[in-house]
Amino acid sequence: MKHEIIIAGFGGQGVLSMGKILAYSGLMEGKEVTWMPSYGPEQRGGTANVTVILSDEPISSPILNEYDIAIILNQPSMDKFESKVKPGGILIYDSYGIHTPVLRTDINVYKIDAMDAATEMHNAKAFNMLILGGLLKIEPMVQLENVLAGLKKSLPERHHDLIPMNEAAIKRGMEIIERV
Amino acid sequence: MAEEVKLMKGNEAIARAAIRYGADGYFGYPITPQSEVLETLMAEMPWKTTGMVVLQAESEVAAINMVYGGASTGKRVMTSSSSPGVSLKQEGISYLAGAELPCLIVNVMRGGPGLGTIQPSQADYFQTVKGGGHGDYRLIALAPSSVQEMADFVGLGFELAFKYRNPAIILADGIIGQMMEKVILPPFHPRQTEEEIREQCPWAAQGKPASRERNVVTSLELDPAKMEENNIRFQKKYKLIEENEVRYEEYQCEDAEYLLVAFGSSARICQKVVENARAEGLKLGLLRPITLWPFPSAAISRYVGQVKGILSVELNAGQMVEDVRLAVECKVKVEHFGRLGGIVFTPDEVLQALKDKFLRS
Repeated sequence: MKHEIIIAGFGGQGVLSMGKILAYSGLMEGKEVTWMPSYGPEQRGGTANVTVILSDEPISSPILNEYDIAIILNQPSMDKFESKVKPGGILIYDSYGIHTPVLRTDINVYKIDAMDAATEMHNAKAFNMLILGGLLKIEPMVQLENVLAGLKKSLPERHHDLIPMNEAAIKRGMEIIERV
Repeated sequence: MAEEVKLMKGNEAIARAAIRYGADGYFGYPITPQSEVLETLMAEMPWKTTGMVVLQAESEVAAINMVYGGASTGKRVMTSSSSPGVSLKQEGISYLAGAELPCLIVNVMRGGPGLGTIQPSQADYFQTVKGGGHGDYRLIALAPSSVQEMADFVGLGFELAFKYRNPAIILADGIIGQMMEKVILPPFHPRQTEEEIREQCPWAAQGKPASRERNVVTSLELDPAKMEENNIRFQKKYKLIEENEVRYEEYQCEDAEYLLVAFGSSARICQKVVENARAEGLKLGLLRPITLWPFPSAAISRYVGQVKGILSVELNAGQMVEDVRLAVECKVKVEHFGRLGGIVFTPDEVLQALKDKFLRS
């Protein structure tokens, strides 16, 4: 089984760290893992994206033509990556930052209002974990216990008190994702 | 006990492997996309554990000359940088080669020329294997294509550098430096003791005992007859390295009708090109040079008569392609495909280029 995923949005949304947690979760699951960031001169507000590949087989190219799953968190990323989802693939977006409807009819489109949910949780930083929860609901590529183990690995120990909040956000994300 | 599998960036793997392979010193200066080498070393603080020196020099020029100083005493020393910084080091690299000093240099390439961009590139191939600095010298050049190889080649680089008393270089790029993959780090090797260095590096400037003449470490020799002798000795050594140290990897080449030649991150992308081509029924193979010098010319020349064409796939305007053409002595058509200045080709672009160059009637 192989999942080729692009996560794209604004710098500061937690795009790279979400990818990192997904990668660590894959590591915990014993999968082959590649995490390839766009490492341009990004800053908060600029665009950022990361390619994450989880596979049971050795991974060849970290650079891909198209993706099984695209997680789109702003309009520029929608413009860039909507066409790069494989036919039959998955596109997940947060409607907060997206102004144009998804035009593709040959892919499975899901919407998650994670920005609103993070505001309800009074924690803007829960945003990326809400999205991750939504992704795992649609495509349970890693077990939740391994995600939590991955979180532990990727977070410095001084932030381990945040793990219950992250777990709550993942579970909330699983509830609020909906098919478009 | 089995070593733990970890997830880390290529740059981080270089730093952690250096500590574990018993490096005595690292001298560097930050530059994207390789700054995590220095950052990781500073965070790990090996001077508190193994005694390894980690120093941010005032410039790249200072760093390479600190390497010269450390290497003169037989220590395992290294530096790392990215393309513009490595250009600054070239004088020092030539001096290191001329003084026959072992050391490890890491270049995590970015797009050039000049200050260029910070995105991945492979445009320093010529600089690495055809000189860079002045004079008839060679660097043992290793091209990792995974984070695991970033770690492994630190050990291999030091080993070959000391075996031949010659600088070795790891030629990586922004993709391999910045991406995270699984890696198993080497077990801890203790740093060499002064006694071990004296035994293994009798040439080193380690303080003069009464039992021998003083050791002089220099690239300077004003008598041209002696300088020619030095050069002849270097050339003999280079020939030995060419005979013994060529490394490469072949992927699905047995029945290949067309061959890709690619190194580093390009080779990873080309693996996918081979998979996709074979899914379409096109018999494609990949040969990945692991040592860029010595270059696997003999291995490539074996495909004369088997393949109808060779595509050299590089993130540059066509550099390694010259060595591929020399290897096959133009007995088979060799073409180049690349993207420039920090743009990375996708697998589809490479496959399309192959079709355009070889399969159009």
